[in-house]
Amino acid sequence: MKNSLPLSLHIPQPAARPGQEPDFSSVAVPPAGALPRPEIDVEPADIHAFAYGLIRVLDEDGQAVGAWNPRLAPQALREGLRAMMLTRAYDEGMYRVQRQGKISFYVKSTGEEAVAVAQAMALDREDMGFPTYRQQGLLIARGYPLPLMMGQVYSNQGDPLKGRQLPSMYSSKAYGFFSISGNLGTQFSQAVGWAMASAYRGDTRLAAAWIGDGATAEADFHHALTFASVYRAPVVLNIVNNQWAISSFQGIAGGERTTFAARAIGYGLPALRVDGNDFLAVHAATTWAAERARANLGATVIELFTYRAEGHSTSDDPSRYRPASEASRWPFGDPIERLSRHLIALGEWSEDQQADLKAEVEGLVKQTQRQVEALPPLNGPEGSLEPMFTEVYQDMPWHLARQRQEAEG
Amino acid sequence: MAIMNMVQALNSAMDVLLSRDPDVLIFGEDVGYFGGVFRVTEGLQKRHGLTRCFDTPIGEAGIVAMGIGMAAYGLRPIIEIQFADYIYPAYDQIVSEAARLRYRSGGDFTAPITVRTPYGGGIFGGQTHSQSPEALFTHVAGLKTVIPSNPYDAKGLLISAVECDDPVIFLEPKRLYNGPFNGHHDRPVQPWSAHPASQVPDGHYVVPLGQAAIVRPGEAVTVLAYGAMVHVAMAAAQDSEIDAEVIDLRTLIPLDIETITASVRKTGRCVIVHEATRTSGFGAELSALVQEHCFHHLEAPIERVAGWDTPYPHAFEWDYFPGPARVTAALRRAMEG
Ligand SMILES: Cc1ncc(C[n+]2csc(CCOP(=O)(O)OP(=O)(O)O)c2C)c(N)n1
Ligand SMILES: [Mg+2]
Repeated sequence: MKNSLPLSLHIPQPAARPGQEPDFSSVAVPPAGALPRPEIDVEPADIHAFAYGLIRVLDEDGQAVGAWNPRLAPQALREGLRAMMLTRAYDEGMYRVQRQGKISFYVKSTGEEAVAVAQAMALDREDMGFPTYRQQGLLIARGYPLPLMMGQVYSNQGDPLKGRQLPSMYSSKAYGFFSISGNLGTQFSQAVGWAMASAYRGDTRLAAAWIGDGATAEADFHHALTFASVYRAPVVLNIVNNQWAISSFQGIAGGERTTFAARAIGYGLPALRVDGNDFLAVHAATTWAAERARANLGATVIELFTYRAEGHSTSDDPSRYRPASEASRWPFGDPIERLSRHLIALGEWSEDQQADLKAEVEGLVKQTQRQVEALPPLNGPEGSLEPMFTEVYQDMPWHLARQRQEAEG
Repeated sequence: MAIMNMVQALNSAMDVLLSRDPDVLIFGEDVGYFGGVFRVTEGLQKRHGLTRCFDTPIGEAGIVAMGIGMAAYGLRPIIEIQFADYIYPAYDQIVSEAARLRYRSGGDFTAPITVRTPYGGGIFGGQTHSQSPEALFTHVAGLKTVIPSNPYDAKGLLISAVECDDPVIFLEPKRLYNGPFNGHHDRPVQPWSAHPASQVPDGHYVVPLGQAAIVRPGEAVTVLAYGAMVHVAMAAAQDSEIDAEVIDLRTLIPLDIETITASVRKTGRCVIVHEATRTSGFGAELSALVQEHCFHHLEAPIERVAGWDTPYPHAFEWDYFPGPARVTAALRRAMEG
């Protein structure tokens, strides 16, 4: 059949641009507690609806409702709240020092703290995370020393990575935090290999990986799902859909007519779509996926539906491409406020305690900042060029040794 | 004629191309409404329409593959890869597909894509925002590789690249976008407006591919450079007070061997400067060519100044970036040799 109609090219467009009213009318807000919690050995084909729904536990009044309520002890909730608030205070502090010209670059996770913090708490301390640059909350929740984290960002003699990486690109094997590359997507599929290695050895450790909505367009994402499905790898594959990839809305990543969680269906993997600003829902979904993996039932894809409340990084100005008030209109609120309200509703927390905790974590950040700032630069008079040349290879080949000699004059 | 920095000159080139040829279109990550992370496509979507300059999913292999398909159909895609450091996912599409399409189809299909991408150091970008991968492309038969060093050339070369029927890798020295940086990082930043090459015609013109420029005539030693290193070499010539002839290669493939040969035969000495890592860098090719073409005229060993053979280390920006001091030392060695 010959086509007589001239074709036209479709270019997706977000609901609102600067100067327009934010518009989230196309975002469904299902009630908390509506979805059942399937058994962990459910067939992936039987839970397709979870890829399109939204697991929510915290309702508008701060009550935890429904089958997904993880029933965490109040102490665990307070720990989660503190880790999220420390993450936010840390982000604020590092953003400020970047603006003062003391560090070259920084990436905040504001509004998305529940993702990394609740997931770190739901996973085992031995499980390895393959994060992006926006999961600093994993390190904070696992108690990684704040001075080391900040040393990495200051790229000075306090930097455990010896000044080699851009600020925010942490690495810590001891804390289950795989070295961040900076190239999007590459580590999502590596996590599958890590998980397979654990299965191969008969160990008990899982892997968990994170990728942004935007980066799901990279081939690595699809490699991860294919390989995880084929080998039933014990891995939790998290998609952090924060609606934006720098200036591109999630429709440019392929979210216009489907969800990111639904990608899993074609690969025969189970998928859960979760309110990413709901600490309890994130914790519960991650626990479900981890239990499933621990039972040798393979990988789960989790879409964490959230909103990047601030600029992409310190190099970005989001008011150039989205309405300035969009963040405040996000229908799922703020993860810290929501968990705090829940604790208060439980009678396990108060406004005063909230204010004290805020002051405490902000003070900790300031004090650590003073301490780290006082450390000498790596390449100053007291420094050496050694870290530039070592660890390129295990042993330094002759040509590099000669270059080092030349560099050191 | 207007005064333009390199961002504006590149923008002007694309504006001209979009206006003249409906088959030209631009795409890449964040290039549409936002105008690109370096603002090079600013205003083009607004002026020319949604389908002429638009955002892509973050998938460099897909972006280039889409460009190849469009180019094979008859369009002239200008592809932006946000940083050269992120071009590797697209390497297979560039090397195995774009570069060979004409050859393997007996000329039946071609892929006249232009892949623009910011490269190089000097911005504290660490290992994923600082690399200089030109040799990965000059090594591939079927690709042209172009690197401008100033606004005038940037516009003229980009127009030539897009109008060229071969696939072109167009590497933009990002440290030069807003000023002619010469490696003296401790001195005040210079704007382009003080540089003669910031005088850029508003309309269409070309700087032909394959022609180097002698940016500083001299008798004592030839310096071969491109991109930001052209300005570093100029600074070194001035600092050392050596009568160096500085050649801006502008196009690496096809290379202007005549200009290089004539200069080295005259001076008898040669210093090659690039930001990229030294081993198997484009300097190795240049050194071999100079040796092959000028052996009997050489009075000293050919010198190479290049990035150290390490990943680009964030805290050591100025220990890594090959600045004027290293080029000056190489000039002195070449004069003594
Ligand atoms: C391979 C690759 N391409 C492009 C980039 C540049 N880049 C860095 S972050 C980013 C947007 C990522 O968006 P998303 O995946 O949604 O994660 P988010 O930043 O929202 O957390 C882009 C395009 C990169 N780092 N790596
Ligand atoms: Mg995103």
